[in-house]
Amino acid sequence: MMANFFSRISRRSFLDYFLGGGAAALAGSVLFPVLKYIMPPAIPQAVQNDVVAGKVGELAPNSGKVFRFGNKPGILVRTPEGDYRAFSAVCTHLQCTVQYRDDFKHIWCACHNGHFDLTGRNLEGPPPRPLEEYRVEIRGEDIFAIRQT
Amino acid sequence: MSTTVAKSSFWRERFPIDAVAHFFAKKTVPMHRHTIWYYLGGMTLFFFLIQVGTGVLLLLYYRPTAEAAFESVQFIMTKVRFGWLIRSLHSWSANLMVAAAMIHMFSVFFMKSYRKPREITWVSGVLLFFLALAFGFTGYLLPWNTLAYFATKVGTEIASVVPIVGHDLLLFLRGGEEVTGATLTRLFGFHVAVLPMLTTALLGLHLLLVQVQGMSVPPQAEAQAAQRKPMPFFPYFLMRDLVGWLVALGVLAALAALFPWELGEKADPFASAPPGIKPEWYFLFMFQTLKYIPAKILFMDGEVLGILAFGLVGVFWLLVPFLDRRPEAGGRTRWFTVFGWVAIAFIAVMSLIAYVVPQTF
Ligand code: FES
Repeated sequence: MMANFFSRISRRSFLDYFLGGGAAALAGSVLFPVLKYIMPPAIPQAVQNDVVAGKVGELAPNSGKVFRFGNKPGILVRTPEGDYRAFSAVCTHLQCTVQYRDDFKHIWCACHNGHFDLTGRNLEGPPPRPLEEYRVEIRGEDIFAIRQT
Repeated sequence: MSTTVAKSSFWRERFPIDAVAHFFAKKTVPMHRHTIWYYLGGMTLFFFLIQVGTGVLLLLYYRPTAEAAFESVQFIMTKVRFGWLIRSLHSWSANLMVAAAMIHMFSVFFMKSYRKPREITWVSGVLLFFLALAFGFTGYLLPWNTLAYFATKVGTEIASVVPIVGHDLLLFLRGGEEVTGATLTRLFGFHVAVLPMLTTALLGLHLLLVQVQGMSVPPQAEAQAAQRKPMPFFPYFLMRDLVGWLVALGVLAALAALFPWELGEKADPFASAPPGIKPEWYFLFMFQTLKYIPAKILFMDGEVLGILAFGLVGVFWLLVPFLDRRPEAGGRTRWFTVFGWVAIAFIAVMSLIAYVVPQTF
């Protein structure tokens, strides 16, 4: 059975397979580590679920500011009525950082003219989804933004 | 010049210099009413060489980290003697190179110079053009200013829209989930090592093929070219090339000196994107198109469709010589010419709108 099998392969094609397979294995063993090397290792992020977004009295009504939420920007807005709202400041279109526009009285993305209302809903322009909203809690002087789970 | 070199037996014994000299002595350029477009390829090459020279100079002081990049460019521009000039030349020449390459590419397209047997010349040329855009994209972030930061953020985010491999592509480009110092270092590596290496190889192939195949005569000008005598490349056409390069150098120097490239403000990942943000002019038409595509088309995100469409057009452009089979038989292919004009009109209109329409709305 075995002998039969080998006798059907000529020396020539054996060498072809041998060399071809060897070359493929070599290429693979070079490429695989290189590809893996190129892809950056995942850096574990401490999941943070709340952060001090600002201080009471820091924001006048009808204004907003960007704060750090872990490694992403968030935006704290004080509505013209004086309420606080907090959202992720990462635009749902192509990830630019949004800003509060006091002339529009809502949130705006400069990159492709995306508009969001004061509940984070995408009103106009290319953004396909609302901004992620954070719960706002005031504890003493601090305004906390809390990720909703 | 070549004769003295060829006479010295030192070189003859070591290199087939006679064959090379002979080749250049025989090289000619066809003469007809479209001959002017033959200068654009050499012009692109000229700007490329300037990029190499100024790029190497910038490398002496530039530092590719998020902490030091902006400051090192500032140092080049304010402390290093003529640093402002070198950086300005590098930025301006980059733009002129893309412009020259674009004109070169479209003229080749309309003259149908991609006809058999020049398919590979066209493909290598289009790839070189894509590489030029990649140079523009990777170089843009290196000064680490606000505009560059958001341009890179949007640009790399676009890559993530690609089906299946999108997220891996994003990680590959950013060196992580976000645009950070890792991205800067990575794009720097692409800009000064990977892309130059690929470009050198492709450029070698492209130029070699042009030499071996000779200049293509456009079908529209065949009759005229048959009547007029071709011009010997050496020294006549080369002299004209040199005049062109001298003019280009003058324009470049004037632009660099009169409109020094601005540095802007250092990138702050925790600041809002500034109003009026837009990419370099050669990406502008895509950027403007993205603004008009609605958020949802049927069940898909609008930008996904837009970006896929641009990708398809890119692939189509690359494969033009294999799709436009008719010119071989001598026939004219209307559709490809029409497509070319539509593309130019689209690019022009979209870019114009991006400049004219106020950005803050
Ligand atoms: S990134 Fe915000 S509108 Fe495009």
